[in-house]
Amino acid sequence: MSAELMKGNVAIAEAAVRAGLEAYFGYPITPQTELLEHLSKRMVELERVFVQAESEVAAINMVYGAACAGARVMTSSSGPGISLMQEGLSYIAASEVPCVVVDMMRGGPGLGNIQPSQGDYFQVTRSAGHGDYHPIVLAPASVQEAIDLTFEAFDLADKYRHLVFVVGDGLIGQMMEPAVMPEMRPIRPRPDWAVSGKDGREKHIITSINLGAERNEAANLRIQDRIRVIRENEQRSLEWNIEDARILVVGFGTAGRVALSSVKMAREAGLPVGLFRPITLWPFPEKRLAEIVDGGIQAILVVEMNAGQMIDDVRLVVGHDVPVSHYGRLGGAVPLPDDVLHEIEKIAANIGLTATAMAG
Amino acid sequence: MQEEVIFAGFGGQGVLFAGQLLAYAAMHEGKHVTWIPSYGPEMRGGTANCTVVVSDDPIGSPIVQHPGVAVVFNNPSMLKYEGLVKPGGLLVVNSSLVTATTDRDDITVLNIPATDTANELGESRLTNMILSGAMLAVRPMVSIDTLIETITAKLPQRKRHLLEINVKAIKKGVELAQQQLTPA
Repeated sequence: MSAELMKGNVAIAEAAVRAGLEAYFGYPITPQTELLEHLSKRMVELERVFVQAESEVAAINMVYGAACAGARVMTSSSGPGISLMQEGLSYIAASEVPCVVVDMMRGGPGLGNIQPSQGDYFQVTRSAGHGDYHPIVLAPASVQEAIDLTFEAFDLADKYRHLVFVVGDGLIGQMMEPAVMPEMRPIRPRPDWAVSGKDGREKHIITSINLGAERNEAANLRIQDRIRVIRENEQRSLEWNIEDARILVVGFGTAGRVALSSVKMAREAGLPVGLFRPITLWPFPEKRLAEIVDGGIQAILVVEMNAGQMIDDVRLVVGHDVPVSHYGRLGGAVPLPDDVLHEIEKIAANIGLTATAMAG
Repeated sequence: MQEEVIFAGFGGQGVLFAGQLLAYAAMHEGKHVTWIPSYGPEMRGGTANCTVVVSDDPIGSPIVQHPGVAVVFNNPSMLKYEGLVKPGGLLVVNSSLVTATTDRDDITVLNIPATDTANELGESRLTNMILSGAMLAVRPMVSIDTLIETITAKLPQRKRHLLEINVKAIKKGVELAQQQLTPA
């Protein structure tokens, strides 16, 4: 199939349709409304379910219900809406039903603004609701990645009966890039655990209520077992110019993409700099990061569109072995390539690295 | 090759479409391209701009501090971007509406009376096509032929009758740029 020029929000919506999305429930909020708008046409056209709910609280509870019934289901929102959904997200996690949630992050806290941000990192990677669990969190940095990761998010959700987030920001949502859509897949059969009407078989019970400590501890341990498996199997990342790097820039999504420009500029100036871009924010790609750092990294710069959130995960991996510093823009501001380059140059000076002429 | 272009003007001047057309054309030539609009709380008739990056290699940042090319449709855009164009870059000015001037001597400046020329062609909405043609005459990041093929493919059936005049506008832009850059 040939490439088409597509807007991130629309691309995510269409990728979900092609992954066999049966039902969508949501409420409009910038910067993800085009996603909902596209589905409002496509889902109806395909005689699937589209509901613009009366609020995000209603939307996530509809998602919960559809997930319990075994439908392939999704919602989408931005920070303020994700906050409203937290109770429902926690019930979904406790009930061990699969669903996909898209968070196109905007400047916060509060109502903030509609500009691009990565301020929801803690919110989505830690639990996105009360209690002990981590959703799987996928962070695309281009329209093609947004398509591929959304398409796959549904399979991951099914495989682990788990919540999967796809997180971007206004920039990923509004940007147009050439991208290729996957072929349409048929709607998958309902899973055998679904609540689908008893009709002679054993009763299926899906609940988030586990009265009594023993019973609830057992449910928690089952979730933790699965989380260990996810952590072992699903870490993903991309990297550039790692081989001889002494400074490592770490950034995800838009910030990682901007940092790629800065790393290229630094390389042209003869500085040994590489880039590490986590694709899974949870599970954080700790194994690969540790290997790279062991390969001779002397300093790390974490670039984010927040005040320093992923930097905690980086520090958990590298400890005190390597100095870790942060460059962040806040409240909807986006770091620019020259600014990140300037930070790289400061670090290079601090650790006594000098530019070497490019070979050849 | 990597070129970064900012198109800026009032909403309604076809600023976002000019950028999209360039992006489609670049895609048709097999290049990497990103198109990103400025978006935010804007009123109708307020400012609009978009950034297009065209490259032979995968693109890092889709936004830039210092574009190689700025195409300014009105005065506020001229004031905002004239100083940001990178040395050696190109500033394409819609001189029908822009009264501000630049004293920069480290960039190429094209003064194109695009809105007046569009009116002469009988359709003021051709301003964006004239400026696009002028820009590509100096910075051929995609060929004029590709741009024309792209608009031919993109124009919906109900607007088919406007194809000829759009092509004419693109060619007029090329001509105006060439006249200006050829010593008399």
